Amino acid sequence: MTGVEQIAEYVIAGLLVFGGIFAVIGSFGLLKLPQMMQRLHAPTKAATLGVGSALIASMIYFLVFEGKISWHELLITLFLFLTAPITATFIAKAQMHRTLTKDDVPPTGVGTEWATFDPNVTSVDPSLLNDRDPG
Amino acid sequence: MILNYALDFAFLCFGLGLAMNLYRVFVAPGVTDRILALDTMVINVISLIVLYGMRTKSGINFEAALLFAMTGFVSTVAYCKFILRGDIIE
Repeated sequence: MTGVEQIAEYVIAGLLVFGGIFAVIGSFGLLKLPQMMQRLHAPTKAATLGVGSALIASMIYFLVFEGKISWHELLITLFLFLTAPITATFIAKAQMHRTLTKDDVPPTGVGTEWATFDPNVTSVDPSLLNDRDPG
Repeated sequence: MILNYALDFAFLCFGLGLAMNLYRVFVAPGVTDRILALDTMVINVISLIVLYGMRTKSGINFEAALLFAMTGFVSTVAYCKFILRGDIIE
């Protein structure tokens, strides 16, 4: 075993342990934290960091020990990091929709209500759809 | 080999996280908790697939992980959209 492989093995092992601990912390926070918005905070950050370090470890592993660059991990990481905030926003909006009313949230100060509670934001403005083929 | 021990530890951690998410899916104070637990389960399963690919030294599993990420995202958004609007595609 060469020196590079030795170093890579320690780096991969460290990343795997780091990611595993973060995954457990994220999933445990989902069980333990008292309020829903706090529970939303725990897994969306910690589990994404955990899966991110596992994917980086896999990338280094295939680069050093198999001798091929694997782009799939980068794609998965990119996709997860792009979608995690959208998922968290949607879950937060669903939670607001279920538990809060319009009077519970502070004023927005921009003339319109919060988008979750504004009855005028019911669907897409039809004028925005006019760029379709008129037929 | 320290790498094998680290892989075992990571398998254990992600599996433990998956078990806790599964408990949260069944015992939860609200439906948004269940959606969040399912979303975290998808993330943990992606990690398990990637770790399995490292253990078997095969890159064939990454397509499965990528597809799992996409279906997990779409299903979470569809579920939230259903709660918000009562409909998924309006």
